[in-house]
Amino acid sequence: MTNEFLPPGLALQKADERIMTLNVGPQHPGSGHMRIIVQIDGDYIVACDPDPGYVHRGEEKMAEYRNYITNIPHLERPVIHDSCNVLYPYVLGVEDLLGIEVPERAKYVRVICSELNRCIYTMYWLAIYGIFLGHSTMFMWPAGDRELLIDLMEKISGARVTHAHFVPGGVRNDLPPNFEEVCLRQVNYFEKRIREYAAVFYDNPILISRTQDTGVLSREDAIRLGVTGSVLRASGVDYDLRKKEPYDVYEELDVHSNVMKEGDSYARSKIPWLDMLESCNIIKQALEKMPKSGSVRVKLKPNPKGKGLNSVYKRVESGRGSLGCHIVSDGKVEPYRLKLSVGSFRNLIALPYLLKGEKLGNMPSVYWSLNYWPVEADR
Amino acid sequence: MSTNTEQVTIEEKPAEEKPVAKPVAKPVAKPVAKPVELPAFEKNISDKIVEKFGDKIVVSFVKVNRVGINVDKENVHDVAKFIRDELNYDHVESVSGVDYPQDKEIEVVYHIGSYSDPSLASQLIVLATRAEREENPIPGKDATKLPTLRDIFYSVEFHEREVFEMFGVYFTGHPDNRRLLLPEDWADLPPLRKDFAIKGR
Repeated sequence: MTNEFLPPGLALQKADERIMTLNVGPQHPGSGHMRIIVQIDGDYIVACDPDPGYVHRGEEKMAEYRNYITNIPHLERPVIHDSCNVLYPYVLGVEDLLGIEVPERAKYVRVICSELNRCIYTMYWLAIYGIFLGHSTMFMWPAGDRELLIDLMEKISGARVTHAHFVPGGVRNDLPPNFEEVCLRQVNYFEKRIREYAAVFYDNPILISRTQDTGVLSREDAIRLGVTGSVLRASGVDYDLRKKEPYDVYEELDVHSNVMKEGDSYARSKIPWLDMLESCNIIKQALEKMPKSGSVRVKLKPNPKGKGLNSVYKRVESGRGSLGCHIVSDGKVEPYRLKLSVGSFRNLIALPYLLKGEKLGNMPSVYWSLNYWPVEADR
Repeated sequence: MSTNTEQVTIEEKPAEEKPVAKPVAKPVAKPVAKPVELPAFEKNISDKIVEKFGDKIVVSFVKVNRVGINVDKENVHDVAKFIRDELNYDHVESVSGVDYPQDKEIEVVYHIGSYSDPSLASQLIVLATRAEREENPIPGKDATKLPTLRDIFYSVEFHEREVFEMFGVYFTGHPDNRRLLLPEDWADLPPLRKDFAIKGR
């Protein structure tokens, strides 16, 4: 490979007496499984070049070799904490290709699983955000409280993470007996618990002084960079796919999307927390409106296949923003091409933009506020 | 590094699997929009594009919330500019490459959406264009080239870098045409092409 396609950390470059090139990662706790190449002048970042790919697993290539059903367990691997939401667009896309109508009760079960998973993921993200900023209590509390919801998902699917619960045609199993009561009780307690985080974290003057007015992304730039999810909504753009392009039964539920205008790290860290409160609200509504009995799965023929050359693009709102799945089918049992367009990868473009001119010490708070999950971005 | 094992599998691969992989892909017919009750709002969008560009483009499908446009690489820049300036679309959600070895072409599909116009929030324009495909690719140096859309939609920057490394499609005019995800010492075929086969499959 010639020099011209290499990142600056590897390519030969002229030495400069003022600018220092610093590799953060890939084994650094402040970067996750990725490397951020920053060039600093004193304490200020003058350029930043993210270098993802350390956990690239070729999900898209693997999907071309497996049929539509055996693709399910490996496609949820990019974000194991949010596995229902990662599978959601794929399952919707396959249903569209095969022309399957899903039972009403299955749609509600999916919404409940999806919202539970969003909370489980966000709690994990919040725990790491806490420890990034040196706030150990905020690491311990979310890591403990997410067990409440993991227990619920374990009751539903039998697995703590990587549930593989969504299948084309519905969900794998019906809810266990008495689930509604247990779920309502746990979610109510969970909601009460996360409201307490405000006092210890979000209203904490130290957090506010470290995150407010750092890494400000204006509304215009957020639109131009095409960021998504909490990053977009923290910059004042009201765009939530659960409202804008409702899938399954989100149309029948009252969904409120949280928007803040500031666009700084503080707003970006607060939006996911507000989303969790909203998720609790959605789960309670769904439990109330869900049909009390009925089928949750349409039986498929073995080795289902699409008709002729066809393509479909479905997207859902995951914990990290819009998650799209582009499936091209050529009438065989395997997809001809499968592309996941993930929120983390789309938000990565904002990192070099936000870090320019920022202090090096602010890098962790800006980086993790982008709701970036390295494994998902690499796929 | 997790990529080490993958790398080993690849190097022996192309020689033995290449002849097998080719017949797998099947001929592509470019579908034309059928006149059976198309959704009105989406039809209106596709009509605007057809009115402007006439037979330079082909409307591949009009579905609920999705309008598919096929365009050749000479005109893709103009069509994208029109979509941004006149139709209020403002960002690209996804750029996927699709390899068609039997046509000797690689298709690049842009999914273009809009944040600023609330009426277009659920809409996506699926803009597809095709680049020439070479049997023995030298990424960045051969005829597999497309004009970049980065000057129109800033958000394609990383997506186009990914398509470059995974398919070997060089985007002319892209300011930063470097590898993104693959290891730095990767010296094999672009891995998402069809003739790059996984060992044992």
